[in-house]
Amino acid sequence: MKKKKVIVIGAGVIGSSISRELCKYELDVTLIEKNVEAGLGVTKANSAIIHGGYDDEPGTVRSKFCATGNSMYENLCEELGVDYKRIGSYVLGFKEEDGKYLSELFDKSKTNGIPGCEIHSAEKVKEREPNVSEKVIGGFWCPTAAITEPWMIAMAAVENGRKNGLKTFFEEKVIDIRTVETEGYAKVNGVQTDKAFYEADVVINCAGVYADEIVSMAGTEDINLHPRKGEYVLLDKKQGELVNSIIFPVPDKKSKGILVLPTIDGGLLLGPTAEDLAKEDRNEKSTTMEGIKKVIESTFEMIKGIDLSLTVKTFAGLRPETPQKDFVVGLTSLKGFINAAAMRSPGLTSAPAIAKYIAEKVVPDSLGFKPEENKKFDPVRKKEIRPADLEISEWEKLIEEDESYGRIVCLCNKITEREIIDAVRNGATTVEGVKFHTRASFGRCQGGFCLPKIVEIISRETGIGFEDIKMSGTGTQILDGKVRK
Amino acid sequence: MNIIKTDALVIGGGAAGMAAAVEIVERGYKTILIERDNNTGGVLNQCIHNGFGLHVFKTELTGPEYANLFQKQMNEKGVEIHSNVFVLNIDNENKSVITVTSKGMCEYRTKVLIMCTGARERPFGNLRIPGDRPAGIYTAGVAQKFVNLMNILPGNKAFVLGSGDIGLIMARRLTLEGMEVKGVAELMPFPGGLARNIVQCLDDFDIPLHLSTSVVNVKGKKRLESITLCEFDKETREPLKNSIRDVEVDTLILSVGLIPQNELIEELVDIDCVNRGAVVDNYGRTSKEWIFAAGNNVAVYDLVDFVTLEGKNAGQSAAEYISKGNLPEKYREVLRGENVGVITPVRVCTEGAPFTFFIRPKKSMDKARVIICDGLKVVTKIAVKPAEMIDITISSELLKEIRKRGIEKIKIDIEEVK
Repeated sequence: MKKKKVIVIGAGVIGSSISRELCKYELDVTLIEKNVEAGLGVTKANSAIIHGGYDDEPGTVRSKFCATGNSMYENLCEELGVDYKRIGSYVLGFKEEDGKYLSELFDKSKTNGIPGCEIHSAEKVKEREPNVSEKVIGGFWCPTAAITEPWMIAMAAVENGRKNGLKTFFEEKVIDIRTVETEGYAKVNGVQTDKAFYEADVVINCAGVYADEIVSMAGTEDINLHPRKGEYVLLDKKQGELVNSIIFPVPDKKSKGILVLPTIDGGLLLGPTAEDLAKEDRNEKSTTMEGIKKVIESTFEMIKGIDLSLTVKTFAGLRPETPQKDFVVGLTSLKGFINAAAMRSPGLTSAPAIAKYIAEKVVPDSLGFKPEENKKFDPVRKKEIRPADLEISEWEKLIEEDESYGRIVCLCNKITEREIIDAVRNGATTVEGVKFHTRASFGRCQGGFCLPKIVEIISRETGIGFEDIKMSGTGTQILDGKVRK
Repeated sequence: MNIIKTDALVIGGGAAGMAAAVEIVERGYKTILIERDNNTGGVLNQCIHNGFGLHVFKTELTGPEYANLFQKQMNEKGVEIHSNVFVLNIDNENKSVITVTSKGMCEYRTKVLIMCTGARERPFGNLRIPGDRPAGIYTAGVAQKFVNLMNILPGNKAFVLGSGDIGLIMARRLTLEGMEVKGVAELMPFPGGLARNIVQCLDDFDIPLHLSTSVVNVKGKKRLESITLCEFDKETREPLKNSIRDVEVDTLILSVGLIPQNELIEELVDIDCVNRGAVVDNYGRTSKEWIFAAGNNVAVYDLVDFVTLEGKNAGQSAAEYISKGNLPEKYREVLRGENVGVITPVRVCTEGAPFTFFIRPKKSMDKARVIICDGLKVVTKIAVKPAEMIDITISSELLKEIRKRGIEKIKIDIEEVK
């Protein structure tokens, strides 16, 4: 039998994970993304946390996927060769009345079946987190919370997917979902992009903050989405050891609050704010004076010793939010059209569980049969070699193999020329692509030394002229043309 | 791992490192200079404008010409130059330096180490300016490399934030290369760069300089589209809301300060919190006796000539240390008066030879006096300003007097003469 065609729209962490998961079956899977690379939308700018799943309201779609997703991550990151650290999280109380919330949280964690959670006294919290404010009254500890690099999960899932037969079309924007009438009802027939038409039996909408636009192209039940903006402050590695785990305050009504956490590469991240934007502000990722001020003030109240002179950058990210504050996952009234949308927090955490659910349950339901397993599926993606993390003798062996392992391009993070070349050969043809693949220019000088070198390497490897090299997406050319033109 | 033994190891082949290496090799010691780039010269290589060398060579040279004079001397006198070498760490106990190169790892064992690692530019992200994060925002040094070494322009219409020298130089360079430079903004009420650069780079090209003004927002979803300027009250520093205006540009160039680079030694030696550089005495010696430091990693200087002089001084002292096995131990701390910002050295051995203080005043004064040790020496200077360092030489006689009087702290004051 001819393989059924499945098209996934959006290569964020959800779409990429689903695409890879579908490759485990005898299906013809295609991933379409409007950006130049995977993981550069919502996935790129969030807190990068694998949540414990203790606080999701029992009965919500979120609660169904979050804790399961968390339990799948270690193995997933192992398979995909992505860094992952299970450092645990604290929700800290600073006022007497917070104590009640902490014990409620503890009860909820029991209901949600989260292992290992504990209530800690102020003394115990201070012992484990010496830089927490003196005002702390106690904390709720969840040992299963973790940190990772979300964009790397998306990029790695795509890379591994391709190895297992995934077709990808990037820099293509979906402009229509085509349907046909058969036997009296409408059915998905294919996806029209600004470049081509792709036939499909099943279309999965993972378009992040654009998911409602895709839904209206399909003409199914509307999802009431709006972007919610979160602003962040990232600090230098010198600040990364201020906290050992993820530090949440007792949340407000809207979000989990403004937190402090170490990043996977050793920096310190503060944020996010939670600002609801109008529907159409899908690209409104500007930081604001008020937002940054709020992040700073809130985190200063919790943690001592934050030194803003060590700011690396401020940035903002969007997450899709609905009035129900819940995911929209599953079949729709249009046969063959599936949503994996409204992936607010904990979307990143839930991604592997949602991918599994879509591939094992929703797609078979839509097709009306369970596709055969792909016996040749290889789940392993070889992890990038990071010479700077190796023993000197091992690094030396690499240099014997290839001299470019001995040429440092990014001085702050000690990233070698070979790592940049590998990233470019794996499809990172933009400055940000290289940055997110390798961590080059992620450090304190923010590309002050390596940007010109990265531009040269991309140009040399791809043949793209200097003036056509982009920072990230279409229209983000970083250079203009020859001098004295 | 390859092991190389030497008398002296210089890290960094910019102006300070080259000068230090020449001094040491001239005194007959094996000297190796390691450089992470392909060539020595450091940032001088991309500074194709002239104006270098007025103090040291009494003539105006371009950056590459200035570097070339030292490169020649290094070759003639036999400094071993190891380029494309990246330092991973410094082992204080074994006096060794572990490096990585395209030929493998290499350990250098040395009697003295001279750190000449320079400074890096303060990046955009550090400023926490709100707004979008579009393409088209560069530090002046990166833009300079694109334009001068890769012959490619960053954009069409530019604005420069910060009036440091390199920002002023780039305003002129971009104009000459065909870009429109719409202006330069400086948050302080006075310019950050040298007076001659204000005249030659801005005034001569009709580029406006906006003092007490900064960029408070950047807009552009893809490439930079506009920036928002705001003026600040000179006294209260409060933003003047009526002054807020947008300027349409596709390129923003930043010249907002240099940060001394001491990542390799900051755990090992004392760091001065005002200079943000390694603490050194008048021998150029850090708080570890075998490690010397000179140049912009000690304090950010405004003239390469000063950096060269400091490099020479450190080189001479390092050679003396190799020969004698020690240098005078006892030093006196330098105390900053109210108007003294960056100053080097911050420790002084009064047993030693004459030396020069480089001092950055905190504010502009039409006429000022520099007072050393509460009046032991007073130098009157016309028009001091934060953009220009004052150099004051301390003679042997003065050092003798300090010793005789048993002065324990060397106090430096700058006072306005009314």
